[in-house]
Amino acid sequence: MNDRFNLYRFSSPATFYPLAGKMIPWFIAAGTLFGLAGLYIGMLVAPTDFQQGEGYRIIFVHVPTSWMSMFIYLVMAFWAAIGLAFNTRLSGMMAQALAPTGALMAFLSLWTGALWGKPMWGTWWVWDARLTSELILLFLYIGYMALVVAIDDARRADKAGGILLLVGVVNIPIIYFSVKWWNTLHQGSSVNLTKSSMAEIMLWGMLLMALAFWMYSIAVALARVRTIILERECHTDWVRAELTGGKA
Amino acid sequence: MSNIVFSVIARDLKLAMRRQADIVSALFFFIIVVSLFPLGIGPELDLLRQLAPGVLWVAALLATMLSLPRLFADDHRDGTLEQLALSPHPLGLVVTGKVIAHWLVSGLPLALIAPVLGIQFDLSGEALLVLTGAILLGTPALSGIGAIGAALTLGLRGGGVLLSLLVLPLYIPVLIFGAGAVDATVSGLGGEGHLSLLAAMTIAAIGFAPWASAAALKIALE
Repeated sequence: MNDRFNLYRFSSPATFYPLAGKMIPWFIAAGTLFGLAGLYIGMLVAPTDFQQGEGYRIIFVHVPTSWMSMFIYLVMAFWAAIGLAFNTRLSGMMAQALAPTGALMAFLSLWTGALWGKPMWGTWWVWDARLTSELILLFLYIGYMALVVAIDDARRADKAGGILLLVGVVNIPIIYFSVKWWNTLHQGSSVNLTKSSMAEIMLWGMLLMALAFWMYSIAVALARVRTIILERECHTDWVRAELTGGKA
Repeated sequence: MSNIVFSVIARDLKLAMRRQADIVSALFFFIIVVSLFPLGIGPELDLLRQLAPGVLWVAALLATMLSLPRLFADDHRDGTLEQLALSPHPLGLVVTGKVIAHWLVSGLPLALIAPVLGIQFDLSGEALLVLTGAILLGTPALSGIGAIGAALTLGLRGGGVLLSLLVLPLYIPVLIFGAGAVDATVSGLGGEGHLSLLAAMTIAAIGFAPWASAAALKIALE
């Protein structure tokens, strides 16, 4: 036994399972706090927009979900690369655990975008670059989940899904720019690092909401990876001990 | 190095020639799908002229999809694929050969028949030329990207439907620039930029996709 703290120890499902269980409540708590603060600022403190009225407030859900939908795909691709390079079991499980959350975020982003577009642009849907690439991102998530579900052998599912994720992540910029050149109608990005066209308080609300969604995603992904671990490792002694111990 | 590519192409072409019905049915699928659109939309030539590039390209994507599941399935079933994977040659080069052969029997016929179908949509001579060029330049990328999907879904139940779910989103850039080249020509902007991008995507797809599908094949054969 090594005294030194070893991060690699947690790359084993048996050791990661209890760690994930311990981490989940913290992320739930952080997500709830950030969410409450973000909603408070977004709904009560932030001033009404002089152009868009109260309807703009959906931005506090729309933008964080869009960010998360893209970010989660990158995280999945990261785990896929780790899994393929080092042949670790947990990486594939993490990618799989993240996929439904990412797809949900992409869907929510499209849904809230439609709800926002109706009063602002007068239409639920326009075929512009950002909407279209978000839709394609949702397709990529669905394709990944469909592939993983279709493969019975868990290890093959992890690896095949990993290759698809890496191919997808290479293609995302190509898809994004091709769709962008195809048609651009969406308003320009309101947030950039140096100069923001938004009121500062709105930006704070949005960042808090983004953190809330981030914490939520981590908590849900950890909960999901725990069930995946139990399912995959059900033949091992520690899972049997865990399950019977839980019952007693 | 290139020997293995050429011998795989020759072998796959020989096999395809023994089963010409497969080539012809994919081609007729393309023709029928394209012919359905005027029946669904109406015979107004102005409308058809606008829709033609998109319709032809979407039909080309679907026709390519149709022949993809067979890219590796037959070789997988009779064990040839395992022998190819065991051979001293890099599997990526073998797949490159198979991709090129797939294009020769699926993409090339589409490009040759496309101008005839374009006439049905009342496209001008210049537009027909660009359409043919775009399909010639773009379909190799479809075969390359499709090979990744075919390798990933090798031997899975419901492989065909799953394959389209995986591959069609990745085909979108080719569709955009392929149809865009014809649109730009018709509107007088010139399609050279679109054609260059199509060529770039094809080169990238032929260069990189076989290695990704070789990795996927190795996983499937484990």
